Amino acid sequence: MKNYLPFEKPVSELEKKIEELEQESVSKQIDLSSSLEGLKQELSEEIKLIYSHLTSWETVLIARHPERPKLIDYIRYLIPDYVYFCGDRHYMDDNAIFSAIGTFQGKPIMVIGHNKGKDTKENILNNFGMANPEGYRKAIRLMRLAEKFNCPVVLMVDTQGAYPGIAAEEHGQSEAIAYNLREMFRIQVPILVIVTGEGGSGGALGIGIGDKILMLEYAIYSVISPESCSNILYRDTSRASQFAEKLHITSKDLMQFGLIDGILPEPLGGAHRDHKTMLETVKKEIQYFLDEQTPLNKKTRLDRRMEKFLKMASYETSLNLYQSSS
Amino acid sequence: MISFSKGNTPKIVKPQEKNIENPDWIKCPSCRSIQYAKQLEENLSVCPKCNFYFKLSASKRIEILLDENTFEETDTDLSSFDILKFSDTKPYTQRLEEGIQKTNHLEAIITGLGNIENTRVAIGVMDFDFVGGSMGIVVGEKIVRLADKARLNHTPLILVSSSGGARMQEGIFSLMQMARTSAAIGKFQEQGGLYISILTNPTTGGVSASFAFLGDIIIAEPSSVIGFAGARIIEQTTKQKLPAGFQTAEFLLDHGQLDKIVERKNMRKLLTRLLQFYSKGKTKA
Repeated sequence: MKNYLPFEKPVSELEKKIEELEQESVSKQIDLSSSLEGLKQELSEEIKLIYSHLTSWETVLIARHPERPKLIDYIRYLIPDYVYFCGDRHYMDDNAIFSAIGTFQGKPIMVIGHNKGKDTKENILNNFGMANPEGYRKAIRLMRLAEKFNCPVVLMVDTQGAYPGIAAEEHGQSEAIAYNLREMFRIQVPILVIVTGEGGSGGALGIGIGDKILMLEYAIYSVISPESCSNILYRDTSRASQFAEKLHITSKDLMQFGLIDGILPEPLGGAHRDHKTMLETVKKEIQYFLDEQTPLNKKTRLDRRMEKFLKMASYETSLNLYQSSS
Repeated sequence: MISFSKGNTPKIVKPQEKNIENPDWIKCPSCRSIQYAKQLEENLSVCPKCNFYFKLSASKRIEILLDENTFEETDTDLSSFDILKFSDTKPYTQRLEEGIQKTNHLEAIITGLGNIENTRVAIGVMDFDFVGGSMGIVVGEKIVRLADKARLNHTPLILVSSSGGARMQEGIFSLMQMARTSAAIGKFQEQGGLYISILTNPTTGGVSASFAFLGDIIIAEPSSVIGFAGARIIEQTTKQKLPAGFQTAEFLLDHGQLDKIVERKNMRKLLTRLLQFYSKGKTKA
């Protein structure tokens, strides 16, 4: 049973029709290929139409789609010979963040990301990709390990946010995120950040500093989830879709604001409809990033990383943006 | 972002509840005793009866921490603009206007240079009465510039936080201030700069998860609420009862996250000693 989003209804109807026709063609042994062709054409047109008019809220739903490629899909595809690592060396291993090293085009890379599960069981085990302080501490520890291997780091962001739990507070969620924010500016190897699904606030940013920041086309990145925003201001989540619009959280928004370096186009109808194409796009982009970074020495890289973040969303940059838009 | 509610955490109290009939008298929201406004002020806005900490305005805080007439405010011209044209229960521009009215400042932080017992410091103080002390572009910018000033002038850096977190009305721009302030503070610390972070009620969300917890020394005022996520959100998410004193300064001290809890009246003395140790240690014999 496929998962359809509410606005994908015409798609689900067409796909059902196609399926029925295909079955009919087999069971009655008749050639229906021309009508099938027509329907498939119609389906592709319909998807194109829907996906060209997405609201921000619909984009949120795609970003959270349960069938979207997850961290482990990327890792298996990008570095099939991977070795993964556990633990923050202080307290525990946080499954919400997963990290592995492996060979990418002949050289090692370290991939670290939020580990949303592929089903309910995995999601419970991985706390739906919402990390505790231990997850952030594991992440920075492994970025340092990457320095030792002299291998680039790919950070894959996909989280609702850092986990709002009792133990999380007791163990210093604030400190863990703050520490990473500062220390990621000092990691000497190249860092590529890709927001693959949900970029949820400080929990996303806690593994979100790098030399280049990319978003998948239907990923989102926000200071607060639209639901929480509505909840704080109105004590209920009924205005979430409104706030999705107002908060400006789509890849297009962030690109316009100059806060990200690029948008990775998703296959027709979103990454959840075609994993292979999405994985391949990400792979190519990593290769491209590594080629860009090769000629840079460490100092230049770190200076540029710092400069990039100090400049983006600065008073001057933002004021210019504001004045040119109004 | 954060929101506050009942639960086990201490009450967040609205700006001084003035007695309507007589503004000279203020009711303590904790013990309900009636205090003479002037006396309360002389007691640094701490209830003499129950030790409840009223919020302190940024200007008052500067006054009690720094040597008289030594504060030179910087970046006074930076004021916020409504970059997302955001409106919720009221337009963001109105919130800004109200913040200015309430605090007499253009933003939720005052920054500048001043002396503490003749030691020059770069200091920034947040004001909760300005849109909940939230961090948007201007707050972030002022902290970045202050950290730079401290680095270039070789002075210690002190930041006094009082904030609900990132300012959601500026969306993703406010989230990025977490990265910017952390970057600037890292740059300052890397060159040996001393950064003392003082947490007051409340310090939460995007502020606690960035510059506020990067202090080389972290000090809090008694019973301040300090934490990453809001208590209500934690309760709703975990369906668990929060432990007694959860997210108070005392709770954090117990969990190894603070250096000290210091009473308001002793803060200046403590800073003086620390700054003296620091400068003595730095002077060549």
